[in-house]
Amino acid sequence: MKKVNENSCHMCMPMGGIFSFKGVEKSMVILHGSQGCATYMRRHIAEHFNEPVDVASSSLNEKGTIYGGEKNLKQGLDNVIKIYNPKFIGVLTTCLAETIGEDVDRIVSAYLKEKGLVHLSAAAVSTPGYGGSHSEGYLKACHQIVAALAKKSPGHNKINVIVPNISPADIREIKRILNIMGVDFTLFPDYSNTLDQSFVKPYQKMPTGGTKISDIQSMSGAVATVQTVLTAGKQPTAGAYLEKEFGVPLYETPIPLGLENTDIFLNTVKRITGKEIPRSLGEERGRLLDAMIDSHKYNFQGRSILFGDPELVLAAVGVCLENGVFPVVVASGSKNTRLQQLLQPRFNQLNREACFLTGADFVSIREKAVEYKANIAIGSSEGKYLTEKEGIPLVRFGFPIHDRVGGQRLLSVGYNGTAMFLDRITNTLLENKLNNYRRKMYESFYRGENKELIGAELRWKE
Amino acid sequence: MSVFEPGSIVEERKDFIHTKGRQKKSLKCDSDSIAGCVSQRACVYCGARVVLNPVTDAVHLVHGPIGCASYTWDIRGSLSSGSELYRNSFSTDLQEEDVIFGGEKKLTAAIDQLVEKYPTKLVFVYATCIVGVIGDDLEAVCKNASLRHGIEVIPVESSGFIGNKAAGYRAACHALLRLINSGVNQDNNKVEKIPMSVNYLGDFNLAGEAWIIQNYLHPLGIKVNTNFTGDSTYRSLKDAPKASLNIIQCAGSMAFLAKEMEEMFGIPYMNISFLGVEDTSGSLLRIAEFFNSHKAVKAAEELINREEEIVKPLIEGYRREFQGKKAAVYVGGGFKAISLIKQFREIGIEVVMVGTQTGRPEEYETISDMVEEGTVVLDDANPTELEKFMMEKEAHLLVGGVKERPLAYKLGIAFIDHNHDRKHPLSGFAGAVNFAGEVYSTLCSPVWKYLK
Ligand code: SF4
Repeated sequence: MKKVNENSCHMCMPMGGIFSFKGVEKSMVILHGSQGCATYMRRHIAEHFNEPVDVASSSLNEKGTIYGGEKNLKQGLDNVIKIYNPKFIGVLTTCLAETIGEDVDRIVSAYLKEKGLVHLSAAAVSTPGYGGSHSEGYLKACHQIVAALAKKSPGHNKINVIVPNISPADIREIKRILNIMGVDFTLFPDYSNTLDQSFVKPYQKMPTGGTKISDIQSMSGAVATVQTVLTAGKQPTAGAYLEKEFGVPLYETPIPLGLENTDIFLNTVKRITGKEIPRSLGEERGRLLDAMIDSHKYNFQGRSILFGDPELVLAAVGVCLENGVFPVVVASGSKNTRLQQLLQPRFNQLNREACFLTGADFVSIREKAVEYKANIAIGSSEGKYLTEKEGIPLVRFGFPIHDRVGGQRLLSVGYNGTAMFLDRITNTLLENKLNNYRRKMYESFYRGENKELIGAELRWKE
Repeated sequence: MSVFEPGSIVEERKDFIHTKGRQKKSLKCDSDSIAGCVSQRACVYCGARVVLNPVTDAVHLVHGPIGCASYTWDIRGSLSSGSELYRNSFSTDLQEEDVIFGGEKKLTAAIDQLVEKYPTKLVFVYATCIVGVIGDDLEAVCKNASLRHGIEVIPVESSGFIGNKAAGYRAACHALLRLINSGVNQDNNKVEKIPMSVNYLGDFNLAGEAWIIQNYLHPLGIKVNTNFTGDSTYRSLKDAPKASLNIIQCAGSMAFLAKEMEEMFGIPYMNISFLGVEDTSGSLLRIAEFFNSHKAVKAAEELINREEEIVKPLIEGYRREFQGKKAAVYVGGGFKAISLIKQFREIGIEVVMVGTQTGRPEEYETISDMVEEGTVVLDDANPTELEKFMMEKEAHLLVGGVKERPLAYKLGIAFIDHNHDRKHPLSGFAGAVNFAGEVYSTLCSPVWKYLK
């Protein structure tokens, strides 16, 4: 058995938690632990979003580690409040705080009481770095934020839309679609502005945006929740919490990415609200179909490998399957078995096999990518490793994208976003083909070197 | 509890900030970050990792949970002339049960697997935060592995909470010393010195910077024996005691190592800087003079004349564009800050704010002596302070790392990278031109006029 992770395909729990908190209005995060965790995560997030990301740390030192970090955490909270004046504070633990057994829940509530901070809400989330990947950290923090804020409230006609870690551009697109449909909604967590601020003067240290706290409080009175998360498995989610505690019916759909998934999402919303899908969205769908036809032949030459957050991989595999970019390796660094359970029937239907990897690292992903002859990779920047080592071109998707600009602007959801995502895939396949076909044909036919190909390019089934 | 005042400085931070000419008191530095202040600093592990990672043919194994390794996979722009092993990120990926029952077994197995798969003579095992807490005996595990495989397996004591990044530099130096000193029958005191040879300390070969310097020293008849640690290998590090002089670029990370090597192997050391034309020329001359060789000095003069003739008009051209511009500096070490102040002077830009993550008292003194009245000097700054002082001092430009870049841009001011993963060299004459060119590319971009 493998005892070592070689080139990781996932990050640690608190990283995911930061995103959830950045999706709440005027919220500030403090990591309880040593200084490094916060700095590393800030660096990673800043590189992807090209935004300043202020995340505080209780900067635990040796003394705090031995005698307990309560004093540090309280001092940290003091300073965070002084400097940022937040409305909401998220306290996330790190490996260190967890290992020394800090009871952050107690510390935080004691703190708020001591200081008489009635206007301030807080949520403490236990996110040991060794307890799971960033994907789990994200869902867990979403759950805990809703649990901390939602209160029994009178019924209203909004729906809740809860999203996994998608790009700010994607969040904006989902909001646009819901607005076109004329639906009243609360989208959570909404970091579309806080992690992708427009240029304003003067600079806002606490950017406007984020789901309003009052809206989160009244998520309990919504008509229903649409949660675009299917891979959570047994992990409690915010949507399930609202259903259990307040009886808000929960509808679980995939991320509206891909033709089928977007259909599912829109039809779910339609079913709940009774609103018709307007013509303009129908036109967008038609345009996506047109795009799919335009590029179908090129796509049919694709043998893809997908990796990253289970939920994003699930959606992206859907796009590949719809377009004949056949997925041969499906991998996640998270130890998530739901992904395969969800996808297996679709592969069976096609009478095809794909290699599924959970808890994967890039050394194993690379091995399988070669074995299964993948010719395109879809996932975060870390996939550049596959490009560098095996010449497999990479379509950047998900988080982190730190070797290109615009990670925050990548649009992939809805019919429009899907068309753009598909174009990125098709064009990568085309570029690769056009860059190589002269040499390949020369080697195959003129020099007769490439026996394996025997001249046949267009093989899908093998 | 005190109320929120926008842009106010936290009381506990006041001693870390100093305005030249206003206060006499010296600056507080080299202490723990204050909780909740959003320090820009990294941790001990990070300090150790950045120094050691450029050792190209070593297995770098992070003993800890996955995040620490994940965030540091191949983030340095250190180039290699040979092995690429260092560009992997290996982690024991500790899980809950390891935290409870200890991670020693897993670590042992991880080392075994890696050594089998990637034949190497050298393994660095980095301790992260929780390893110190769960009490794994890194020393013993490494020693056993070392005996089992007949190679060097060196623990790096870099638990995150035992200090700041500077403690990590020190941990890295300890590991390097251990590597140099260990081995059978090695009596480093009796090693024969190679005449006219130097070890080049504190260059990490970002974008080939160590190679540039090597190319300058070669025509002077001076051999670079070992680089610490850019493009270094197990073998080259072992050979370090043979040098007759240690030259130090990044003093923050390497001063300790140089002192130790002087004591152990009798190698004298000298601080040099290859940042900017003035420093580069001066350093080359000083190195040549050290060897008391007329030939070397003459060759240095020739090289300097030749290069300066090319470089100076280029820089002069840029300089004309920069009139009246003011810069802010926030970098990792004090030494880098000092070099940058000089470099800005060369291109006609005044520095109005200087801060570092890990500067030492004597470095802050030098900085304070160099800058103009009214310049703000600060240790371990946070985004709020950076914002406040850049605005107050009306800086047009910030030099910093990845985390500082978006802040500068959001404030509508220019930025240059002085981080670990940049892709262009800033050392030597070529680097001086790059520096001026980069300043120009950002300061004089058309984009700013739209932000008015
Ligand atoms: S794995 Fe643990 S120690 Fe490492 S960065 Fe994540 S929370 Fe911090």
